[in-house]
Amino acid sequence: MLTGPSRPRSLRPSAAIVMGGSAGAVEALGVILPALPAELGVPVVVVLHLSPRVPSLLARIFAPRCALPVAEPMDKQPLGPGIWFAPPDYHLLIERERTFSLSIDPPFRWSRPSIDVLFESASEAYGGSLDAVVLTGANDDGARGAAAVRQAGGFVLVQDPTTAEADEMPLAAIAAAAPQFVGTPAEIAAVLAAATTRGQR
Amino acid sequence: MGAPTLDDIELQLLLEAIFLRYHQDFRSYSLASIRRRLAAARDSLGFATLSAMQDAILRDARVFAALLQFLSVQVSDLFRDPSFYRALRQEIVPVLRTYPSLKIWIAGCSRGEEVYSFAILLREEGLLDRTILYATDLNPEALREAEAGVYPRERVPAFTENHRLAGGKGSLSSHYTARYGAAVFDRALRKQIVFSDHSLATDSVFAEVHVASCRNVLIYFDRALQERALGLLKGSLVRRGFLGLGAKESLHSSEHAAEFREVVRGERWYQRC
Repeated sequence: MLTGPSRPRSLRPSAAIVMGGSAGAVEALGVILPALPAELGVPVVVVLHLSPRVPSLLARIFAPRCALPVAEPMDKQPLGPGIWFAPPDYHLLIERERTFSLSIDPPFRWSRPSIDVLFESASEAYGGSLDAVVLTGANDDGARGAAAVRQAGGFVLVQDPTTAEADEMPLAAIAAAAPQFVGTPAEIAAVLAAATTRGQR
Repeated sequence: MGAPTLDDIELQLLLEAIFLRYHQDFRSYSLASIRRRLAAARDSLGFATLSAMQDAILRDARVFAALLQFLSVQVSDLFRDPSFYRALRQEIVPVLRTYPSLKIWIAGCSRGEEVYSFAILLREEGLLDRTILYATDLNPEALREAEAGVYPRERVPAFTENHRLAGGKGSLSSHYTARYGAAVFDRALRKQIVFSDHSLATDSVFAEVHVASCRNVLIYFDRALQERALGLLKGSLVRRGFLGLGAKESLHSSEHAAEFREVVRGERWYQRC
């Protein structure tokens, strides 16, 4: 089982970061996202499970606290550097040409947006140059997606379940994806902040 | 992005086969979504590969009919994005009142949630009797369901809340009857709706309309097909007619943008110049 944070061993720069969480994840993101430096030149794409009928406030909540620009993507918008939140009641997918696509396909395992849908499409687009982060949450969304990222040679990070408000999501991801890194939100932030320089001298 | 994978080749061949055999054109659909949908169909219909499924589709129209249900699975709500319908009521209905008769096109109506939202709103505004709504989709089964106007009871609370947020007058329940655990929408609403088979990918303009609404349909298309569809919608609109799009769809980077002006900032309502 888990014996504290493991050290990242996959030493290659990342071209994109995807993240997902549900219960308690706003707090975890409150540690991670403000710690990402303005010069982090990659897209950071985030799916949070929220009520579909509440207009998303995430971008507005996080924008003043983050060094990176924060937005909700429009359909077919190119992925640029910055933090992108999935809009409520849509799935968010990434195309091979590295644009966003949205869909109103049915909830996948009760969730729309679904973390698995984002991770699997991002993995198709970015292959081994993707970082995927699974945070606290009360169901197993993200586990399949994290496994797909790992399979494609990507780098999977999971919040230490003992630090999670709800441990089902991180436990499922650990079981399914054998993540390269397990740690607190602050430790995850430190690894991600070096995402583009990782493995370089 | 490198050599195509085996999956890519199979997917491309399948879409080509569907087009040649059934004249349904999914070749310009967004890849990320259609890849998921085809994988779901393959697994659910019990095929090991897309190629095996293609073989069955080419020879058996029933397999294609079954596949089509996986290619049009979008799930909307009555009055999805209530602020869109509030803007329709407040900004556009006053203009529509000035026409003696009205035609409205709901393109890609799927199972009918949007067309019933329009019909209910128009009835509340006293405009339904002089309006014809064209509700089109490429999936005949979805059209049949839309025409039936029956929705499971568990979806009604969300419909009701959206209707209220959209500025609905009176109770949503006055527009449907509850029967066998379902809500059945009023026949008088359906009387004004013409349901019809139409593809934004292969068909052309079929009527001149005052309002065209196409919401959360373009998100399934690639850029080129989006432009084609927007061209059809534009071509169907009378001068100063209105175009409604989904919350995350925009004319912003379209070649047609210059021929429209935004009606309400932040809402996806545009007026043809």
